[in-house]
Amino acid sequence: MGVGIEVATLNAWYGTNHTLQDINLHIPPNHVTALIGPSGCGKSTFVRCLNRLHETNPIARVTGVVRIGDLDIYKDAKPVEIRRRVGMVFQRPNPFPTMSIYDNVAAGLKLNGYHNRRSLDEIVERSLKDSALWGEVKDDLKKKSGASLSGGQQQRLCIARALAVDPEVLLMDEPASALDPVSTSKIEDLIFQLKSQYTIVIVTHNMQQAARVAEKTGFFLNGRMVEFDSTHKIFTNPSDKRTEDYITGRFG
Amino acid sequence: MSRDEFKIRYNMRVLTDHTITALAILATLIVIAPLLLIFGQVIYKGASSLNLAFFIRSPKPVGEMGGGMANAILGSGIMLGVASAIGVPIGIGGGIFLAEFGRGTKFANAIRFTADVLNGVPSIVMGLAIYSLIVIPQHHFSALSGGVALGIMMIPTVCRTTEEMLLMVPHAVREAALGLGVPNWRSVLSITVKTASPGIITGCMLAFARVAGETAPLIFTALGNQFWSASLDQPIAALPLQIYVYALSPYDDWHRLAWAGSLVLIVLIVLAVSLVRFVTSRGVLKGAS
Repeated sequence: MGVGIEVATLNAWYGTNHTLQDINLHIPPNHVTALIGPSGCGKSTFVRCLNRLHETNPIARVTGVVRIGDLDIYKDAKPVEIRRRVGMVFQRPNPFPTMSIYDNVAAGLKLNGYHNRRSLDEIVERSLKDSALWGEVKDDLKKKSGASLSGGQQQRLCIARALAVDPEVLLMDEPASALDPVSTSKIEDLIFQLKSQYTIVIVTHNMQQAARVAEKTGFFLNGRMVEFDSTHKIFTNPSDKRTEDYITGRFG
Repeated sequence: MSRDEFKIRYNMRVLTDHTITALAILATLIVIAPLLLIFGQVIYKGASSLNLAFFIRSPKPVGEMGGGMANAILGSGIMLGVASAIGVPIGIGGGIFLAEFGRGTKFANAIRFTADVLNGVPSIVMGLAIYSLIVIPQHHFSALSGGVALGIMMIPTVCRTTEEMLLMVPHAVREAALGLGVPNWRSVLSITVKTASPGIITGCMLAFARVAGETAPLIFTALGNQFWSASLDQPIAALPLQIYVYALSPYDDWHRLAWAGSLVLIVLIVLAVSLVRFVTSRGVLKGAS
């Protein structure tokens, strides 16, 4: 099951660049939440703060509180534990190039010392079914490298890899921006199905995509969150002028 | 643009294209010509002296016909084994540190600089250094000191290629591992190093092939030996040393053996490199990167 995310006065920096300023937000469990905004507005930085990946950059810094379920992630836990509970799918498909399809999906478990063969088989199968890739790859699981798949398949492989560690939250940083329309619609269908099991936060450049998949939408601008509301409200009757300008294509 | 004008320009472009292609082919030929010449010469001069005795017998005293270089082949093998045991792990470990853990620190920059300097140290100087560090305290020449000299020469090449290859692994791949909750050290060893392994192996093979033909560092360390020896503690023969001694000798018979030795040395290096490539390139992963 997914859990809710509570963010309070979150600030983030890259060097001296104040990329996120006083973000306050409640992301409901088992919903899809979309984050939109022009390039460089801080939405990617924001999701990277939710699994503490932001701080892997030596010049990056974060302050504020992020609660995922009952866990205060900057206080009560190590980054490694959090990232096991908060899966992430990146903009460009990034399967491990030297691993087979099977090993890619099992990587998160194997690299954390989990080696029970039979349950690994089950988890790999279930994850690939959940990411709607099973039918296309089931005959080549151990024969083909993850890098030999098409771009859209690779991205679904990456989703399967993220699901295999059984996270509570799934972060997606523009998961379809490098994909063709058919693959994009597959990913969107998938997001729709996955929200019953996970809390999903998706960053997207594509406003139609946000409108199609998300119940909640947040609009970011210059490191601040301008507006956060139901997707319907944001796209039909936004309260902030800047949101309206962005939605109607006046900038960004 | 008129039709004629177009045709003239088109012909010019075709001509330029052909000229550049021809120059590129010529340059390629010039690059491979020395290799082919050396290989041809060595085969021409050396193949006729190769026989079973060459591989299973030790050298005969001057004046007696026959004999072989079995002791030198064994000696080279032993010393290269020692050298690889030193150079490969230390070099790879150093490269991993430079690329993954020490990036941007002063300490890492100092190490990188030292490695580059070490790479430029003439091999004869390396021999002298090991002579004073190992041979003098031990009071005798030994296979071990020869292996150590070659091993130290391998370190900078292995270290720097490992670093370069690791830096070529896309950032996205590292992030993918970290995003799964894999600890950094584990991600480095199981993901980054594994992804870069074809390049790292190439670096090791380059270093190996380079020191396999080194003579100078062995003169003051392994010394050479006309007799059969497999002891790490005794002076030992090596193919390059034996070739050096035989080629400088006044005897025709020894000259022929020197040619044969050169051929065997080159073939053994090629075999060793191919074997490692074959063993490490099997499985699903070969076409991967």
